[in-house]
Amino acid sequence: MMNYSDGDPEGPGDPEGPGDPEGPGAHGDPEPPDSDPDPAITVRALTTVRGGRTVLRGLDLTVPAGRVTGLLGPSGCGKTTLIRTIVGTQAQVTGTLTVLGRPAGHPSLRPRIGYVTQAPSVYDDLTVRQNLDYFAAVLLPGRTHRPARAAAVDGALTDVDLRDHADALAGRLSGGQRSRVSLAVALLGSPDLLVLDEPTVGLDPVLRRDLWDLFHRLAADRGTTLLVSSHVMDEAERCHRLLLMREGEILAEGSPDDLRRRSGTPTVEEAFLHLVDTAAARAAHEEPRP
Amino acid sequence: MTPARTLATAARVLRQLRHDPRSIALMLLVPCAMLFLLRYVFDGSPGTFDTIGASLLGIFPLITMFLVTSIATLRERTSGTLERLLAMPLGKADLIAGYALAFGLVAVVQSVLATGLAVWFLGLDVVGSPWLLLLVALLDALLGTALGLFVSAFAASEFQAVQFMPAVIFPQLLLCGLFTPRDKMAPALEAISNVLPMSYAVDGMNEVLRHPDVTTAFVRDALVVAGCAVLVLALGAATLRRRTA
Repeated sequence: MMNYSDGDPEGPGDPEGPGDPEGPGAHGDPEPPDSDPDPAITVRALTTVRGGRTVLRGLDLTVPAGRVTGLLGPSGCGKTTLIRTIVGTQAQVTGTLTVLGRPAGHPSLRPRIGYVTQAPSVYDDLTVRQNLDYFAAVLLPGRTHRPARAAAVDGALTDVDLRDHADALAGRLSGGQRSRVSLAVALLGSPDLLVLDEPTVGLDPVLRRDLWDLFHRLAADRGTTLLVSSHVMDEAERCHRLLLMREGEILAEGSPDDLRRRSGTPTVEEAFLHLVDTAAARAAHEEPRP
Repeated sequence: MTPARTLATAARVLRQLRHDPRSIALMLLVPCAMLFLLRYVFDGSPGTFDTIGASLLGIFPLITMFLVTSIATLRERTSGTLERLLAMPLGKADLIAGYALAFGLVAVVQSVLATGLAVWFLGLDVVGSPWLLLLVALLDALLGTALGLFVSAFAASEFQAVQFMPAVIFPQLLLCGLFTPRDKMAPALEAISNVLPMSYAVDGMNEVLRHPDVTTAFVRDALVVAGCAVLVLALGAATLRRRTA
């Protein structure tokens, strides 16, 4: 069952958390500082071209290990491209991208990263359990791993609260249930890094809260690093750390508190708008120059 | 490539198929129904039924597996499961061999049914061993799987994938010697038919039809079909990219 983290319905609990004292951006430094000794993801000067269009322009960012990092920005700002680049499924990438100490897309990373695409990627004509069985067999092949596979499948079903639907065809499930099957697949190998592309889109509030609780449990109990994208700003408050993105660039990086403090606004949403306006004003100021 | 992952993939493909009994029925029964129909279309000329029937035993598995594989892999591409699998520790060869294995198995069942019906119930006169008919049918099925896999890379929708069937299969069907012997065609067409794999599938079937033993021509035909299947499978593997734009 999905149990809610001890008496804190808000999920994240203390967003600052231990081990991340004050967050790096607290010094008012807009540059991503390298205070994190061993970040899970380090991106330097990353540029990605997709369909002839430059989608990511010289990105610099870090994602700390063992924390929940939110990647927020409006639809079409390049979140999915950044995620695909990190996972190693994106072509035409330049720059440096280190994931768990290896260059992104390195074969040794494949068993260590759980990736959930925006649209649920599961087989609609298989049951939930058959889906998980297959992906588990890809991660842990062979007869000797059979008990480990069964345990992983049961664990993942429990994590996403789908035990009751284990024998239902994935195609017959509701949208929210199907996206949870997709999430369960990503949880199978107990990955060190979990990359989730808009996992809570279209879900009801209760389910969204449950999933965020799960994300925080994974980070706290298993030390999993999570990178969660969303275009819904109120989810920002649930993250330890945020990457605010717009038009292929990172506008700001830091904890929700940092961002609010830096822009002097009560919510992350307003902080984001403030940052967008400042950026636009700066651009307008620079534009007239020949 | 890991055998366990290949087998798991084949089992998964078959499990998907099991949830779709109507497709299984169509794959297995349509060839039988066509042969049955053909037998009575050529009621007055059993010799014609022998030639065309034997050729069709080679052509059916190719067409069926082509369609099934192109749609199945296209679904895999569009549903995001391919991207997910390629982001996981799965070899491309595991995926392709898994598909080939699963659909190869279906092709064996289909061919056994069709060959058995033709030889024992419809009086198809085969001088050679029916096992050789089965072998060619299986190679054809592999070729169909390979072509379907390759073509699915160029189809953006299931709509397009189905349209590739007439584009890829029909020219081969017209030139393979089913309607008229290849050496009676215009020389240019005969030359083209010499490089199309289905021609060898049909030639192979006709060798079994007419000769009691394994002839060198049969061996050559079988090798050409098998070689084409392997070549196209390799091309298909090249279309599976871990990194896409």
